Amino acid sequence: MIKNSQIYDAAISLMSKAAIEIPDDYLKGLKKASQEEDGDLSNFVLEAMLENYEAAKEDNRAMCGDTGCPRWYVKLGNEAKIEGGPVSLETTLRKATADATVKIPLRPNRVHPLWRTDYDNNVGIGAPEIEYAFEPDGDWIDLITVHKGGLFGTDYRMLFPSDGIEGIKKFFLDTIVAFGKRGLACQPAIIGIGLGGSKDTCMVLGKRAACLRIVGDKNPDPKISMLEEELKDLGNSIGMGAMGFIGKSMVIDCNIEVGYCHTGGMQMSVHAFCLSSRRAVARIHGDGKITYRNNPDWFTDYQRRETVEWQV
Amino acid sequence: MASLKKVFLNTNPTKDEIKNINIGDIVYLNGSIYTAREGIYKKVLEEHADLPLELPKESATNFHCSPAAVQNENGDFNLGAVTATASFRFSRWIGDWLKISGAKLIIGKGGMSIEDYKQNFVPCGAIYLTTVGYGTGALLGRGVKKVRNLYWKKELGLAQAMWLIDVENFGPFIAESDVLGNSLFERENKKISEKITKAYEGTRPAVLKRFGETSNPEDELI
Ligand code: SF4
Repeated sequence: MIKNSQIYDAAISLMSKAAIEIPDDYLKGLKKASQEEDGDLSNFVLEAMLENYEAAKEDNRAMCGDTGCPRWYVKLGNEAKIEGGPVSLETTLRKATADATVKIPLRPNRVHPLWRTDYDNNVGIGAPEIEYAFEPDGDWIDLITVHKGGLFGTDYRMLFPSDGIEGIKKFFLDTIVAFGKRGLACQPAIIGIGLGGSKDTCMVLGKRAACLRIVGDKNPDPKISMLEEELKDLGNSIGMGAMGFIGKSMVIDCNIEVGYCHTGGMQMSVHAFCLSSRRAVARIHGDGKITYRNNPDWFTDYQRRETVEWQV
Repeated sequence: MASLKKVFLNTNPTKDEIKNINIGDIVYLNGSIYTAREGIYKKVLEEHADLPLELPKESATNFHCSPAAVQNENGDFNLGAVTATASFRFSRWIGDWLKISGAKLIIGKGGMSIEDYKQNFVPCGAIYLTTVGYGTGALLGRGVKKVRNLYWKKELGLAQAMWLIDVENFGPFIAESDVLGNSLFERENKKISEKITKAYEGTRPAVLKRFGETSNPEDELI
């Protein structure tokens, strides 16, 4: 039985880890980009960012003043048992979010869309988002927090089979050019792309592709993996770098996730996970032991299954 | 980077100091700054509330920002990282604000349009500085010496309230506009657009169009 206190402790440390420490995979990607960047202003920006991550860690303060919108991805092994059931899990995550906001501190970003009510704790209607998935084996739960920033860098479009790969490229470029200008997307970014599903699931897939897959990771479908590579190179070929200055670092990596869609359509969404690509992952095992890791490992074979029955 | 000029400025700069700033200069600030964004602009310019402090005497530097910070029970502040928010959204207020506040430096994310600079900034002798990255919140947090005051916390909430902050070697920022109203972003956009056109080769316009859509990647969108 996994206790609420264990969930709370893990959640609090995940929140501060996410806010303060840039994930290793993104850091490596950015270091590589800064070595290759020859635009002087763009290069200045990347060097300042690298210095910023160091400062955040040394001073134990959030890496970016906009600490984003904290959200939770929870994955449960089929045999996981939680004290008090799913309702207490959610209450615990809401409490940890509110407490961590004050403790770290995070910016109290969450407000009512119309009345702009702010409880100064990042909790409110539908906030933080808590999303779930399941895995066939195990008595553990995985807790992943993502503090995604950015009002810019995301778009959706209903494309059609006749738009083809050329249409996908066009919409990809449209989005990164539009949001890359003046650096509104805080690039270089991890670009996540959702293809298919319905409008809502397409957005969910793309966001997860950006936030829950690490830099360097490939889609298991070799042709999709090639498209990932191609779009990444395309994005880095437009002559634009950090802050929209002349340069070549727009995309640190490009991740694509697909879902089956209506036969007439080809939904596409594009998401940018910014210079503060904040995520942190922990597993709480059935015996209460907590282990931390870098890779969310969200997209397992089970999550991408195509068949009716799950065959091991 | 050797090719970029570094400048240290007071937050109540003189006319001459501002005149010497070129777009693309790296700027660090000393003195006091305050945060003001839509909440403050609405309150002062639309609801005609009195300014809670004397401007620009206290500071001529308006930061488009809400810090990651809390006020402790004893009234102290715990301020972590500070990062700018996108400024183009404040275009409708900026002209009146510059007049009322006497601000000479506007700091934010992403700059404002050339029209804003020519119409509103240039007559007031103000320039725009952009934060870097834009995620350098921890570095900026280091430059904060002290939170002097927090105004309208109850009415506007922590994120929209006005923070008056003492800073030391606060930066880096990049000068995005100059006293003539030139813009670094627009200059860079112009240089980049040629390559962008090339990247579009081998793509295809969507079969279903959208209202008001531009297919010219050179267009400014703000
Ligand atoms: S988009 Fe990311 S790096 Fe940019 S201000 Fe927001 S959280 Fe910070």
